[in-house]
Amino acid sequence: MNTETTDLIVIGSGPAGMAAAAEARALGMSVCVLDEQRVIGGQIYRRIEDTPEALRMILGKDYAAGSALADEFRRSGADYRPGATVWNLSGDGVVDYVADGGSRTISATNVLIATGAMERPFPIPGWTLPGVMGAGAAQIMLKGADARPSGPVVLAGCGPLLYLLAWQYLRAGVQLAGLVDTTPFSAYVAALGKIQGAVRGRKDLIKGLGLVSQVRLARVPVYSGAKSLEILGRDMAEGIRFQHKGKSREIAAGLVLLHQGVVPNTQLSWSLRARHGWDAGQLCWTPVTDEVGRLGQTAVYVAGDSRGIVGAIASGVQGRLAALAMHERSGGKVPPGRRAVLERQLARHVSLRPFLDRLYRPLDEHRIPADDVIVCRCEEVTAGDLRSYVDLGCLGPNQAKSFGRCGMGPCQGRLCGLTVTEVIAAARKAAPEEVGYYRIRPPIKPIHLGSFS
Amino acid sequence: MTTETLFSIPASAGQKMVRIEFEGETFQVPEGISVAAALLSNGRGAFRTSIVGGAPRAPYCMMGICFECLVEIDGIPARQGCMTPVRNGMIIRRQPGAPSLKALASGGRNEH
Repeated sequence: MNTETTDLIVIGSGPAGMAAAAEARALGMSVCVLDEQRVIGGQIYRRIEDTPEALRMILGKDYAAGSALADEFRRSGADYRPGATVWNLSGDGVVDYVADGGSRTISATNVLIATGAMERPFPIPGWTLPGVMGAGAAQIMLKGADARPSGPVVLAGCGPLLYLLAWQYLRAGVQLAGLVDTTPFSAYVAALGKIQGAVRGRKDLIKGLGLVSQVRLARVPVYSGAKSLEILGRDMAEGIRFQHKGKSREIAAGLVLLHQGVVPNTQLSWSLRARHGWDAGQLCWTPVTDEVGRLGQTAVYVAGDSRGIVGAIASGVQGRLAALAMHERSGGKVPPGRRAVLERQLARHVSLRPFLDRLYRPLDEHRIPADDVIVCRCEEVTAGDLRSYVDLGCLGPNQAKSFGRCGMGPCQGRLCGLTVTEVIAAARKAAPEEVGYYRIRPPIKPIHLGSFS
Repeated sequence: MTTETLFSIPASAGQKMVRIEFEGETFQVPEGISVAAALLSNGRGAFRTSIVGGAPRAPYCMMGICFECLVEIDGIPARQGCMTPVRNGMIIRRQPGAPSLKALASGGRNEH
């Protein structure tokens, strides 16, 4: 059987993937874009080509700005394949994916992993109850289905996306029962140490502060410096309890939306056995790459949030820079000055990041929970279970699998991985690098055996 | 278990609707949205029960990461509700615990 070939396979059609594809096409490369979703845009620009006008107004300018990139991508002539679930990737550029119920293979000189970010797990008591979701998940409901909370809703945690969703809900006329903000006062002080970057990125900073002050002005009860979050309820979420200014408080709500930042979706780069490092600023794993995102001497590059959280605009620029590097690696010529322009854009758009990372650093107690809190939701393994495995000699996430099936459910460790590393590292008093991560193997996503017949 | 609706979708003129069935009940939902969004907007809290403890679960991430939204769709168990668009006539059921291997391999009904 002849395998289909192309110059570049892009995995993911969010900002990094769309920009890389468009840039590569402009350089004359043939490009195939695979995306598990059925529409382009990734999560940040989800449904960007088909957003009803009223919803576009609610979501705001930064969302609408995705249209220009989507148009450029469509005009580029890249071969876009929606509903394509990649389940295997090799370092020499062979990709296996399932689409329309059948598995196909395609190979390329270059592969770009542009799989974006996921919400950081928020393991607290009760977080597995129906009615508890990520704020990002609720935003996906808004973008994708125009769905809004119909009863009392609380937003809890920290980070830009949490405040953005609160602002979008206000514009949509949704009543918020409360915004429980876990950013401690000390974080504002610590973040001042990163103020240099914040001055360069002041436009973004001012925009962010504007969101927060509008939420306050709308008389939403805001509880700043909250801690010790726990969800109330037995079969469904009924509310949230937390510590605020030395007092225990409760807010009744059937829907609690949690968020404490986003982290790179590294499943594909891990599956290549690529080296990853622990980013102590963002408290997550990032693949070790060269300056343009290439993984060692492989055919595989990584751009955007799947390489380390940089945000939508910088993700697009990284995608373009990777495309330039791939073109040059094959002996192609890049227009003079193009790289310098992109590098300047990248520097500007990542300048605020260290300030944000410090300010919205999630609390230890919300990442490394108490014994009775479920860490692995699929197999219902608690933090206490993990600690008991460590007492028996368990050294890291891989061994936790054999001790108690931790990370062996259908999500394949995606949601619990970071928590498992951090819980074991804390219990062992070891560094996350020493503890490591799950060994991720293909199939990267569960697939039906029927796909191979 | 409460049947309080967590989300609602405002009616919009000209919106094409499709009919889906969940646990024997019929709903009209907007074309193109995901199964998970459709069920969350129709007040059916739990999508499945957990494999070990039998606890009620519902979508958490809505982007294909967490697998909490697994349901049985048209007889095939363990489908991701958040990644599957609704289709007219679709029959959806809760997924109690783990899907049976036999059902998964044959693509047939979940035998619980």
